[in-house]
Formats: sequence, structure tokens, C-alpha cells
Amino acid sequence: MNFIRFVKGSVQLFFRGTKTYYAWLLFLFLLIVWGAGGYAEQLRDGLITTNMRDSVSWAFYIGNFTFLVGVAAAAVMLVIPAYIYNWKPIKEITIFGELLAVCAVIMSIAFIVVDIGNPMRFWHMLPIFGTMNFPYSMLSWDFFFLLAYLIINFVVVSHLLYSIFYQKEYRKKMVLTIVFISIPMAVGIHTVTAFLYNALPARPFWNSALLAPRFLASAFCSGPAILLILFQILRKVTSFEIKDEAIWRIAELMVYAMFIYLFFTIAELFKEFYSGTQHLLYWKYLLFGIGENKELVPYSWLSIGMGFVAFILFLIPKTRKNFVTLNIGTVLIYASVYVEKGIALIIPGFTPDVLGQIYVYTPSMTEIRTAVMIFSLGSLLFTFLVKVAIAIIFENYNIGSIRRKEESVRIQA
Amino acid sequence: MKKSNSRRSFLKNISLASASALALSGCSLAELEKFFQKNFRTLSEKERKQLIEDLEAEYKQKYHKEFHLSDKPAIDGTLFGYALDISRCIGCRKCVYACVEENNQSREPQIHWIQVLQMEKEKGIDFVHSDVHYNPETVPEEGHFYLPVQCQQCRTPQCTTVCPVKATWQEPDGIVVVDYNWCIGCRYCMAACPYGARHFNWGKPEIPEEEINTEMHYLGNRPRMKGVVEKCTFCIQRVREGRYPACVEVCPVGARKFGNLLDPNSEIRYILENKRVLVLKEELNTQPKFYYFFGV
Repeated sequence: MNFIRFVKGSVQLFFRGTKTYYAWLLFLFLLIVWGAGGYAEQLRDGLITTNMRDSVSWAFYIGNFTFLVGVAAAAVMLVIPAYIYNWKPIKEITIFGELLAVCAVIMSIAFIVVDIGNPMRFWHMLPIFGTMNFPYSMLSWDFFFLLAYLIINFVVVSHLLYSIFYQKEYRKKMVLTIVFISIPMAVGIHTVTAFLYNALPARPFWNSALLAPRFLASAFCSGPAILLILFQILRKVTSFEIKDEAIWRIAELMVYAMFIYLFFTIAELFKEFYSGTQHLLYWKYLLFGIGENKELVPYSWLSIGMGFVAFILFLIPKTRKNFVTLNIGTVLIYASVYVEKGIALIIPGFTPDVLGQIYVYTPSMTEIRTAVMIFSLGSLLFTFLVKVAIAIIFENYNIGSIRRKEESVRIQA
Repeated sequence: MKKSNSRRSFLKNISLASASALALSGCSLAELEKFFQKNFRTLSEKERKQLIEDLEAEYKQKYHKEFHLSDKPAIDGTLFGYALDISRCIGCRKCVYACVEENNQSREPQIHWIQVLQMEKEKGIDFVHSDVHYNPETVPEEGHFYLPVQCQQCRTPQCTTVCPVKATWQEPDGIVVVDYNWCIGCRYCMAACPYGARHFNWGKPEIPEEEINTEMHYLGNRPRMKGVVEKCTFCIQRVREGRYPACVEVCPVGARKFGNLLDPNSEIRYILENKRVLVLKEELNTQPKFYYFFGV
């Protein structure tokens, strides 16, 4: 009964808000409808509606999947500095970080589902019911890890919110233990995702030991970026308290991550360009194009440019501590990593293909629409969860207040 | 009271409507059964027989012809190997189209299991400078040679290792096969294959009724569906019956040789013994059973 009250109350909360909030919901709703139309076409006609073909057999969807795994991983890793530096709102940071992680994992799994040719056969991948190729296939590892990570984060965050809602003490020991498990798991999911590509000797572009470290470094740039913006919004509209120092500290940690990423990438580029073997071709296609084929060049330099500006803005203490420049840098680094993971990671791995042929790939409208659908659905879910969480944590939305309200209604009647 | 009554009848109506919708919309029992069909390798003898019968009936209904669908297992003491004479191949692509017809590849969108690469004589075997879309009046072209590439039937295939659902595996006679009814279409195997030998049904495969080959093998040339991966099987439906693959038979210059690697008197063993052979991308340790050699 209490649970039904909770669900009912939460749904009511979801539909209550300012004009801006309604505009946001409408915006997401329109995007979902537009995107779903594209996905419906793909379901009817098959993946031929995408621009993927035998030469470039993975592309935009898998890139988005990789990016979102990074977001999911980094959101939880932010708990470490919060704990070490003893930031005051550690519980809140954990809750919002894990909510983001839950949404990002769901979205990343959704990108896998839209990418496979027979989504109805997804159950073949399950142990016992299907024939999961464990431990040989990295994809089954990845699936297993992501699912475990989703469950762990969901359990922690729902337990925390549940106890606040019912005005009970949360089980500190259990929560702390699971959070400490979820941190190495966060590193784990992104490492395993990197290994997915890394494990393919047929694709020299990915077959570098630096791939997993670069993944983690870039995730630590993009994941906290979302939380940085979210914390500032929360601080404005709720009684959520986070000191400027904590925000600047997150930005500082992001600079370290960016620096490490830059260093790893330079090391990779040095090895490729100085040795100048045939494996250089993929980097060449990405950065300069091969002959007439320069399709990826604008994307790659856009990503590099945005990342570089963000790095400078975060590096100089004065611009890091100015909230205008800080937020510009945050958006830039997020966009930079998105383009890098969405386009620049996957496509050069397939161009030229294993037989040396060049197939020019850019995402089709169907792929863009499907991606928009998943991102808007994910944002909608995140909005809903954050809205409920805010109400529970800051706005006295709890079982007591609901009972009181019911009581007063009854008295009036 | 009235309210709950109407709610109950509403629920009743809903369940009735959905049940009848389920029955009417093609979601028949047969389709449900298909959804729950198991991996080919976990089927019992009886289940296999039933499955084969069902599929034969299904194909008959679709293509209006009698089909023979075999599930013949590997013959003891066979390990198939292939050798291709680079010095003879003239790049005519007869093998490509014979393969399409024999193995019921989709005509629209086009799927080719064999890719013939045109290479520059000066550069040797160099994929980066090769061209798969060459299209002159006559072949061979001056200054060029040809390298047909299909599944190399590796002894340590990377495509089967990466499959998350065990939908593809190496048979005891060395042929790497796909269970089209089990493949989820994730295309991880295509990313893993160093030879571009795996092909995906991006759209609904189309084969003209009059061109379909009715001699089939479950793990080979039976019609595929949208969203699954397919590949060369050395014509499993032929070679397990003691025949040559279609590409070997059709080659006008006799550049293609095929046989049992375990038979000391086979032609393939003669070539390994007396010619100098090479395999593609040996540094990847895939150990192909598909050899290239220079006959003259």
C-alpha cells in the first residue's frame, strides 16, 4: 500500500513544475516521437536503413554505446574524491551520480539493442536460457558487467531514497560496502568495453594496449561534466548545498584526466607516425583523409579543437574559477568526447577495411533519429528520477507528508 | 459497486481482445515455437528431424518447389583444405557468381561470399593498393594480378571466439558454420574477421524463385533471413556428399584446388608437398586452411 502511495505521489510530482519544466518535457516528447519514427523504419526494413555496410559493420550506434558506458563509469567514480576530500554533501553526490549511472547504462544497453539485427533473439545471450559464450566472448563479459553494474547502482540509490522517504536510517554499512564495490566495477565496465575492441587483432586501429587507459581518461572528462552542470542547477533551484570549492575541485580533477588523455594520445600518435607502418592509414584517414576521402576530417579536428580549448579553460585557475568560462569548458569537453567516441573511435577502425577497401560512412537519418530517440528517452527517465530524488531529499516529500495530506483531505470531507 | 463491476468487465474485454489479436496477428503457435527454438547444437536427434521437416515445408510454401534440406554431420577422417593458384587466376569473377547461385545468396541487396581483388604486379600482395571494383572490358589487365578472397576456414578462427551466443563454430571437418536461426546479428564476428569473409543481411534477402538451389544444408545454403550473418562454407552441402565446391568446378583456368588434408593421396596434399604455399596475414596466427600458391 505504501509503495502504491509512493508511485502515485512520484507520478504526480513528475507532472508538476514550472513553465520551463513543461517546455522541457514537451521538447523531449517531440524528439521521442520524431526519433521513434526513424526507428520504426529500421525495424520494418532492417539495418539497411542505416549507412552501415559489410565494410563498416559497426558505427554510430556502437560509438554512442561506448560513450554512454564512459558516462556511467565516471558518474560513480566521482564518489572517490567526494569521499577523500570529505565534501559535505557526499550522500547527495552519490545519489545523483548513481542515478546518472543507472540512466546511462540503460541507454547504452538500448544502443546495443537497436544495433543488433535480431533484437527479439536477445535472450540467446542469457546464461541458462540461451547459450552465453562465457568467458570467451568479450561481448558476453560486457553484457554481464553492465547488467551487474546496473543492478548494484539501482539497489544502492533506491535503498538510500527509500530510507529517506520512509524516514528511516539507511544501512550505512551495506551502502558503503556496495558503493566501494561499484567503484572498481565502474573502472571494470569501461575497461571491458575497451577490451571489446582491443581484442581484435584484425583491426590495428584498436589493437593498442593504450585503448583501455585512454577510454578511462576520456570518460573522466565527459562523465563529471554532466554532474558539474547538474550540481549548479540543483544549487540554484533546491536547497542542495555544494561549495564552490568542491565544484572547482571536480574541475581540477578533470584537468588531470584531460592531461593524462592528451599524454596517452600523443604517445599513441608518436608510435604510429614515427614507425609509419601500414597501420598508420587509419589515423591518416581520421586526421587528414585518404585521397579524396576526407569525410571524418572535420569531425576529428572539431573534437580536437573543442577538447583543447576546454583543456586551456580548465587549466588556467582564473578561467576555471569563473563560472561562465567553466561552463563553456564543460560543454566543450562533453561535446569533444562525444564526437571522439561517437565517430572518431569506431569508424577509422573499419576504414580502410580488412581488405584495404574504403567505404565512406557517415550516419544516416535513421541512425540519427534512433539515437535521438534513445537520448531523449534517457533524459526523460533521468529527469523523472532526479525530480523524485530532489523532492525526497530537499522538499520533504516523504511518507509522513503524504499521510498528513491524506488526513487533511479526510477531515475536510 | 457498479464501478468495480465495469472495471472487471473492462479487464475481461481487454484480455479477450488481446488474446484474439494475438491469434489473428501472425503471432501463431508456429512462430512462437520458432522464437523459442534452441541452438542447433543443443537439439536432440528428434528435434532436429522435426526442425528439418518444418523448414522444408516452409521453403516449399514460399518458393513452390521441393527442397532437400540436409543436416549431414562431418565425415570422420576429413579435414577440408583449399589451394588457389595465383599465377593462373585471371580475375573473371565466374567463381563469385557461381557461388551466389549455388549458395542462395541474396541478389537484392547483393551479397558476394567471394571478393576478387585486383592487385598491382609491382606491389605484390598489398591490400591497401588493391581494388575490388575493377571493371574493364576484358581481364586480365596489363600489369595486374588477381587475388580472390573468401572465408579462409582458419584453424584458430577469431570470429567464433567472439560470438556472444555460440551461433557460429568450427565443425570437426574444419568448416566454420553459422546457425542462422540462432545468430542475433551483433556483427562482432565481422569486426573480428581479418579477411572480410563474413557478410550481413542488411535488408530482406531476395532470391528469384526460378534461381533457387533446392539442394541445401542446414548449416550452409538454406535461405537466410534479414539481420543475420552468413559466410562461405566450402559448399558444405556438396563437399559432405563427396563433390567439389561450386567455385572449384566453375573456374575456367583450373586455379582452384580442393581436397581432404588428412588424405595423403589428395591433390591438396600434393600441392602442399610440391609447391610453395602462403597464407594471408599469417602474423595474426589464424592458421588458415585456405592456401595460395604459384603453380607456374
